[in-house]
Amino acid sequence: MKERDKAKIAESAGGFAAGNGLLDRRSLLRAGVLAAGIAGIGAGIARAAENVGADAPEWMKTPGRSFSPYGMPSKWQEKVQRSFTLLPGRPGTGTSRTPLHLLEGTLTPNGLHFERHHNGIPDIDPNRHELVIHGLVKRPLAFSVETLMRYPMESQIHFVECSGNSGSFNQREPQQTTAGGLNGLISCSEWTGVRLATLLGEAEVNREAKWVIAEGADAAAMSRSVPLEKCLDDAMIALYQNGEAIRPEQGYPMRLLLPGFEGNMNVKWLRRLKVMNEPVNARDETSHYTELMPNGKARQYMFLQAVKSAIIKPSFGMNMKGPGFYEISGLAWSGSGRVSKVEVSADGGKSWAAAALTPPVLSKALTRFRLAWQWDGRPSTLMSRATDEKGEVQPTRSVWVSQYSPIQFYHFNGIQGWSIEADGTVKHVYV
Amino acid sequence: MFTFRFGILLPAALCLISSVCYAQHPNLGRPLSPDEISKLDITVAPDGTGLPAGSGSASAGAKVYEEKCQSCHGPKGQGGPQDQLTGGVGTIASQKPVKTPVSYWPSATTIFDYVRRAMPLQTPQSLTNDEGYAVTAYILSVDGIVPQDAVLDAKSLPQVKMPNRDGFVRWWPVPKR
Repeated sequence: MKERDKAKIAESAGGFAAGNGLLDRRSLLRAGVLAAGIAGIGAGIARAAENVGADAPEWMKTPGRSFSPYGMPSKWQEKVQRSFTLLPGRPGTGTSRTPLHLLEGTLTPNGLHFERHHNGIPDIDPNRHELVIHGLVKRPLAFSVETLMRYPMESQIHFVECSGNSGSFNQREPQQTTAGGLNGLISCSEWTGVRLATLLGEAEVNREAKWVIAEGADAAAMSRSVPLEKCLDDAMIALYQNGEAIRPEQGYPMRLLLPGFEGNMNVKWLRRLKVMNEPVNARDETSHYTELMPNGKARQYMFLQAVKSAIIKPSFGMNMKGPGFYEISGLAWSGSGRVSKVEVSADGGKSWAAAALTPPVLSKALTRFRLAWQWDGRPSTLMSRATDEKGEVQPTRSVWVSQYSPIQFYHFNGIQGWSIEADGTVKHVYV
Repeated sequence: MFTFRFGILLPAALCLISSVCYAQHPNLGRPLSPDEISKLDITVAPDGTGLPAGSGSASAGAKVYEEKCQSCHGPKGQGGPQDQLTGGVGTIASQKPVKTPVSYWPSATTIFDYVRRAMPLQTPQSLTNDEGYAVTAYILSVDGIVPQDAVLDAKSLPQVKMPNRDGFVRWWPVPKR
């Protein structure tokens, strides 16, 4: 392609979109496709004249391995693992994190979904497990797994995020760890199951009912109070995760899925739903997932995961390979609906450019954003700022921190940043 | 008792949000008897709904605690390798809040409920109801929330006044700005 034509494309697409080399989100794709096409044809002509076996890698000159009953990732990907720290004396409690920095797209492989357990992963015999609905209902009912499989099902793509995700942002100094280490208590899956409203409808909920107490069949009998309104809206009894039976770590044989609500409420190994008129101050909704403010008052029953984003590429541990072209990419989400906009800054927040949102952009699901960047090699600070369809925008970290007690770390959704040093090192910085 | 007939209302509502909808419900749930429910229902509400028969004294609870709780939570609920259970009263509004069941939790019923469903960690659901009341009474007696000779049961437990009972602001429904 002639230089004049390339210039025309860049000009028509807008070129630079913000300070320090951020390119317009439409510019790169159009220019790139044409150039690669021409180069591809050239290489094809040259190869045709040679002996193909001489230069072929060994895996092309011997038959590959046979079939396997359940496929595993390439051995070259063995470092793509969840990270966790075992707590002394209670190895079944705590969390493991999704390695967001080692994944792409928006769906989390089932074996890498983050975990939060309160007393280990139960080994539940699906033939002895039932979901019980009782309390303020006309007809208390039990549903076996086999029975639920006969119900009409639906599939929805949603994230589940622990309300403690990104909790280290309450610390005075930024923790130098990967994007997954900071934000890996979130995962996104296609969940398939039975709409809870269908089952509650069959049980016939009484008029005075307002809350549903959900309980798991784990060794903590983990329990949470859920608004009935949510249970009659988009709540699901999830039986499948990305097309296969839900994993034991995610609640086999069934979990409660409350799209956009804090992870802990999406009760795993779900065994019982008690319909009541008031919440019960269950342990996890009093001791843990509350928002303590500086005056000593705490917000309770604060369920929605707020709008949030993080740049995943580049991030800590992915150092730059010298000046030139880079694609900035990251994840954005909101518990209130769709992400409507993600803006990226390469100059520490002085100027912002709108990133491209990779379709599909789904409600209460992870959304991938991307933006091309010409890094000139100077120290830079990258930031991302998401807005959701309700018009909510991420606050700065300092605004978020100022609202709460110093020990508060649940529900952090402040703007995050990475600094790029002149030598290409990527560091976590507060912005 | 008046009930919503969701069986009639819901299919119409679901049609608006689902890609597939059906005019009929499967209605395959197995009806449960009150007896079956009573064996499963371990939920305890702050007003005492769901509390079982039985009772326990703080002094009996001290023995249960020493035998079954202390190795993880330390003597008198402090200094153990796992969560601190006592102390911290009056610190919640400070720059260094110490959140414990006694200092932070708004309802005494939560302690009984959690102990009964989830503790001890290695043998959950092994305590008798009497032991549950007793150990709850003991934990609350350490900071003087109940007297040293207190006896707790289904009637007295919901009446215990927790230090931080007025410390919570309900955020559902989300307040309008």
